[in-house]
Amino acid sequence: MHVVDRRQNPKAKSLGNRQRFLRRVKSHMRKAFADSIRQRKIADLEEGQEVSISSKDLHEPTFHHDPKVGHRDYVLPGNHDYRPGDEIEKPSGGSGSGSSGSADGDGEDSFVFALTREEFLDLFFEDLELPNLAKRKLKSMASPAWVRAGYSTDGSPQRLNKRETMRRSLARRIALGRPKLAEVEALQVELQQAITAEEADEIDRLRKLIDAQQARMRAVPYLETVDLRYSRIQRVPKPTTQAVMFCLMDTSASMTEQLKDMAKRFYMLLHLFLTRHYKSVELVFIRHTYTAQEVDEQTFFHGRETGGTVVSSALEEMLKIVKQRYPVDDWNIYAAQASDGHNFDHDMPQTLRLLEEEILPICQYYAYIEVNDDQWPGDSVLWHGYFPLVDRHDNFAQAEVATASEIFPVFRDLFDSRQRSGASTKPRGDR
Amino acid sequence: MNKRHGELLYSGSQWDFRLLHRVYDAVEEIALGELGLDVYRNQIEVITSEQMLDAYAAIGMPLLYRHWSFGKRFAREELLYRKGAQSLAYELVINSQPCVSYVMEENTMTMQTLVIAHAAFGHNHFFKNNHLFRQWTRADRVLDELAYAKSYIADCEQRYGFTEVESLLDSAHALMSHGVNRYATRRRSPREQQARSEARRQHLESTYNDLWRTVPTEPSDANEVRSIEQDENDIEAAALELPEENLLTFLANNAPKLKDWQREVLRIVRTLAQYFYPQRQTKMMNEGCATFVHYEIMNRLYHRGQIDEGSMLEFLHMHSAVVAQPNFDSRGFGGINPYALGFAMVRDIARICDDPDDEDRQWFPEIAGKGRSLETIRDAWEHYRDESFILQFLSPRLIREMRLFKVSDDANDEHMTVTAIHDESGYREVRRQLAAQYDISKQEPDIQISDANLKGNRRLVLTHRVRDGKLLEKSEANRILRHLAKLWGYRVRMVEVDAETKRPLSEYDAVSMP
Repeated sequence: MHVVDRRQNPKAKSLGNRQRFLRRVKSHMRKAFADSIRQRKIADLEEGQEVSISSKDLHEPTFHHDPKVGHRDYVLPGNHDYRPGDEIEKPSGGSGSGSSGSADGDGEDSFVFALTREEFLDLFFEDLELPNLAKRKLKSMASPAWVRAGYSTDGSPQRLNKRETMRRSLARRIALGRPKLAEVEALQVELQQAITAEEADEIDRLRKLIDAQQARMRAVPYLETVDLRYSRIQRVPKPTTQAVMFCLMDTSASMTEQLKDMAKRFYMLLHLFLTRHYKSVELVFIRHTYTAQEVDEQTFFHGRETGGTVVSSALEEMLKIVKQRYPVDDWNIYAAQASDGHNFDHDMPQTLRLLEEEILPICQYYAYIEVNDDQWPGDSVLWHGYFPLVDRHDNFAQAEVATASEIFPVFRDLFDSRQRSGASTKPRGDR
Repeated sequence: MNKRHGELLYSGSQWDFRLLHRVYDAVEEIALGELGLDVYRNQIEVITSEQMLDAYAAIGMPLLYRHWSFGKRFAREELLYRKGAQSLAYELVINSQPCVSYVMEENTMTMQTLVIAHAAFGHNHFFKNNHLFRQWTRADRVLDELAYAKSYIADCEQRYGFTEVESLLDSAHALMSHGVNRYATRRRSPREQQARSEARRQHLESTYNDLWRTVPTEPSDANEVRSIEQDENDIEAAALELPEENLLTFLANNAPKLKDWQREVLRIVRTLAQYFYPQRQTKMMNEGCATFVHYEIMNRLYHRGQIDEGSMLEFLHMHSAVVAQPNFDSRGFGGINPYALGFAMVRDIARICDDPDDEDRQWFPEIAGKGRSLETIRDAWEHYRDESFILQFLSPRLIREMRLFKVSDDANDEHMTVTAIHDESGYREVRRQLAAQYDISKQEPDIQISDANLKGNRRLVLTHRVRDGKLLEKSEANRILRHLAKLWGYRVRMVEVDAETKRPLSEYDAVSMP
């Protein structure tokens, strides 16, 4: 016999198998994910998730008898007082009875994978990417910022750094032994005393000493040009890592709670998406009927007004806010407009002009989501009005959503990196 | 036996390599000297719990080719282990020469002693002596074969891509339980195989008549033509040696579209399946053997004074957990515990040999009261498998002790019916039924390839002979047949016929997906 210590052997012997497993699981996970997203509230996305993969997907089949048909006999242990001919309740759940059914297949339970938030979101946004992100990054590098960058020996007078200059002056004076003014004054007081006391030798010695000191003071100036230090300030490019997301919504009576809820989900998805790419994402909520106003989130989703619908008012409000608070150089601007598609006909020319000439040029991406529960979707004033824009502008897309479960697919379509060009998504037809 | 002459082998729970050797020697002395066991050379390997999980996941094999399903096993075992739902087995043993037993570093010294007795002597003796293992596995070649399989499949992955190999293995694994030869030992030498194929070729040549093909046959004699076609089909079936129960072998040899490397992968999986086949047929006996051996050895060590009371208590605690048999209606019931039944039967045989009562004399006239219990037991370990072992040795007394009873369950009825219990009129019936439960060939569906058309539509036909109305689970069967069709390359049909009446019950059809 011999004993072998294998503890130092590589541990993760099954690493290769685990990798193969995870690779296989991943495709199932995407499927499970897509399914679960339909039932799940988008608000839940902020947390990590457990994704359970039905074991069916990972199940390895074997030929075995169907436990639900046929006749079988078996022996069980632990009889209490049954006699032949007695009847016993069948065990619920089927598999309790020992021999039958699972020939050698061990009972397969479903797999539950706990995903961290990061893992979950990575999966969530796997194929998504921000439109124009690369372009924007290059552009934003040009926006400069002035930052301190140490000191320099020359510069304009207003940049003179007194503290640094004096430090150097002091160091030089100490190094070169410049007498202090107080010392010379003390000597002169002694000289006066000596003169009063008429001590000739002492007077002579002090006079010489004072002369020498004063000569040295003249030779070593208190402040010299070599002491001067100027603050140095440099231009550095400042990347904009911030984005602002405008949520525009028609809140007139025709927008029901249900429709708003769908819009909300879309906004949340967009917000979640933007926070993946920017350090800070600000939200601006603009609601409109015939006039528009900026409101807080609560009011945005839960307030209700009456009145006609004038979309251009919201666009004007957005432009005003951009001018006031979000300079285009520093901010990546996104906008998502949710509406049931109503607008006054007379307002359409103005709306389209604002959108095309002023808003789209400054936006990274403008998505129009038409929420409706109509029988004939895609038939609205706005949809038709906006439709030509889709071809003319890469950063404009429109899509419509009729049920909550469509939000994610629509979102994916809108932001899918692979099919961004002319992203007019109409997930309708045979639904 | 109550001599208590020895000095303690160890004290406390800490183990080290010196103690392992000491304990091994003491255990070996009892196992070979007193129990008369005959074992392969032993190799004990110390591993960590993580490595134990690895080994578990690789169905207990020290080296195995890579496949996601082993990763799945790992994920499940790990989950259960981490959650505390399941503890790791203390040991793992491989039927090889030398016989490799894994012990975990976390074990206490008493557990290590138990493992050495259980695995390195109990299982080892069984592997070396049981006739099924002798017949079906080659302990000296197992590790080489596994190493070959691993490198061959890794090589295939490099050459043909992961996905290609993975899907092939998926299909092969689905057919794994039907990749064994159950009955005849068809282990022919290459020379014999060549001779057979030569004979087959000559037969085909001598019966082939080109005229039948060139001469336009008149439909007037359709019957004759049919019978000739029939003949040809019969010849073809004979050449393929149909019916064939080993699906993997058949595909590896005959599937028209497979490439050579794919055939080899199928053979590798088949070899693995065959390796496990004896284990599946002797699980209960094998565990009974190992459990009995560790029980005897630990007790003898204690009586010799080589282990102290503390160790003995620790051992008894573990032992009784291992051999516990929950009642059928209790929460923990998961079928008949092979450790419990196996251990009880071996002990019962010893009792019948040494200290029988009238009932035993009547039921077991050949062994009752003849003494030489160890010899009888060793003989049983050698010559039986679970089914025949029960049929031969399950005693009325044990049936009573375990309160075994037989129930009949018809899917159409609302209740199960008790049909035999542990009384005079029921012993034989209970025993017969329990034995049948351990007969894999009765428990597993009887599926054979019954026809294969190699010339025309190339359809492959399987027959499932249904007993007691036990049809296959449909969705599973469909999935497997798709795998089968993929390997075969053409359409596959399976018919389920009643084994007795030959009446067709159901039919499957699967197409090969490109």
